[in-house]
Amino acid sequence: MKLKGRVWKFGDNIDTDVIIPARYLSSTDPKVLGEHCMEPLDPSFAKKVSKGDIIIGGLNFGCGSSREHAPIAISALGIPLVIAKSFARIFYRNAFNKGLALLEADIFNEIEQGDEIEVDIATGTIKWGSREVKAKPIPPFMVELINEGGLINHLRKELEEENEKI
Amino acid sequence: MTITDKILAAHARKDYVECGEIIEAKLDLCLANDITAPLSLEEFDKVGAKKVFDPEKIIFVLDHFTPNKDIPSAENCKKIREFSKKYGIRHVYDGGACGIEHALLPEEGLVVPGDVIIGADSHTCTYGALGAFSTGVGSTDLTYGMVTGKNWFKIPESIKFHCTGTWRKWLTGKDLILHIIGMIGVDGALYASMEYDGEAISALSMDSRFAIANMAIEAGAKNGIFKADEKTLAYVKDHGTRPFLVFESDSDAHYREVFEIDVGKLDLKVACPSLPSNVKDAKELSNVRIDQAVIGSCTNGRIEDLAMAADILKNKKVSQSVRCIIIPATPKIYLEAMRSGYLEVFMEAGCIISPPTCGPCLGGHMGILAKGEKAIATTNRNFVGRMGHPESEVFLSGPAVAAASAIRGSITHPSEVV
Ligand code: SF4
Repeated sequence: MKLKGRVWKFGDNIDTDVIIPARYLSSTDPKVLGEHCMEPLDPSFAKKVSKGDIIIGGLNFGCGSSREHAPIAISALGIPLVIAKSFARIFYRNAFNKGLALLEADIFNEIEQGDEIEVDIATGTIKWGSREVKAKPIPPFMVELINEGGLINHLRKELEEENEKI
Repeated sequence: MTITDKILAAHARKDYVECGEIIEAKLDLCLANDITAPLSLEEFDKVGAKKVFDPEKIIFVLDHFTPNKDIPSAENCKKIREFSKKYGIRHVYDGGACGIEHALLPEEGLVVPGDVIIGADSHTCTYGALGAFSTGVGSTDLTYGMVTGKNWFKIPESIKFHCTGTWRKWLTGKDLILHIIGMIGVDGALYASMEYDGEAISALSMDSRFAIANMAIEAGAKNGIFKADEKTLAYVKDHGTRPFLVFESDSDAHYREVFEIDVGKLDLKVACPSLPSNVKDAKELSNVRIDQAVIGSCTNGRIEDLAMAADILKNKKVSQSVRCIIIPATPKIYLEAMRSGYLEVFMEAGCIISPPTCGPCLGGHMGILAKGEKAIATTNRNFVGRMGHPESEVFLSGPAVAAASAIRGSITHPSEVV
């Protein structure tokens, strides 16, 4: 999959409380969650961002709670991908489970807010200006899971097969 | 192999596992709360599941936004109750039976050593204090677990914290874990397992061990774990309801790193805004004024914490400029605090006593901060806006510093007030 979008930069240790503050968690509606995404850091983020834009983070992106509302809020804004130096582990699993792509690459300091970048998710190639960087490969197990359409599709298929047997 | 390797291997029916290997493990418990369960239940319907793998092994605790703070949160709880009824799930902790999940499950005897537990809550790592492997997952992973009774795990690297020395007065496990997070950083144990041993750990109460395991996630870890010793076994004998196995790390187990910590050199710690790794000694912060003190949460809302706070607040008054909110973590802790006279001490000192709930810990309700306000809290996170307004601030400490600070109205070492 090839993506092209404008860059929004957020630094190290971007936690789930700023991705989506807990006071909005009584909703599971992606639209509501999207409206408040990154609100504590930039109250107008949801309004400024356009479909296809890409978030760039530093170390430990998505640390904090296990709330799946966090990747849902990001995806709800039409953001298909987060590139960061590293990700917190629960966020990493959740994002893949929810269809938000993540790539690990150390480009935070080299890229400017608003830069246009091009990313080939399959090969992990990230291009902007005259630069080209390769992201860390996605672990083979995760690739397999993605190819199956994520954990939930995998489960759906398993259950369908079981039901057919009955 | 380490204790974590062994527990995961046993649940994957393997004799040996290697770091980095992906395994599929059988689950002993799946937990969700009133915030994360609704998403899980939506996924459950979407996949067309007809039943959960074992109704006895699914636990719902309605602790975050309860007693319900608004209509959407009340609707969420209603959905969970209806789902539980439909699928025969009886471990639903609600109303007067509700307590904060990670204090409640061990107390109810639902967790035993050697278990593999997933919870749609990042502080599920708390049960490592009992020698179980437990870790937080998202709602989708939880749904997968609820339906199939298994999930995939990558065998983590382990980091060991070997702790020696004698504890000074007022110090608890919270001070040790804050010290460790300050030392290694909020991603210092990313994807890894944090294992604790040494004489200073053996000397610790179970309540303090729960606090240490609880905050593994604040260092980015997958789990925090202790070997089950006599204290653990005594605890499980009092509370446990299932047979269990005790695992132990081999003497030649591999660790990515081993840290030696002399707890005798530690003084009371405080994590300053807005990262749990921004740790200083309480003594360095005596000019920080506070507006609120919160003593509670899945980290420090247990009886040992309330006893320590009561000891400091006895015959004292909370500063007029401070709201001091006490939140016993479970109904049993509440009752014990009542019988021991701690609640009376708190009331006489001018504290507010809340029913068991997460409440202000995650900025839900029962003590939200206004713009520019500061709180000292025995909770586990101090991220931007965690307890309210994005420009409010949270300082994390153990119960002694929080209680002493409530009296003086600024961050205080307990030796200054008693
Ligand atoms: S007390 Fe705080 S950290 Fe613990 S489960 Fe509740 S919200 Fe999460």
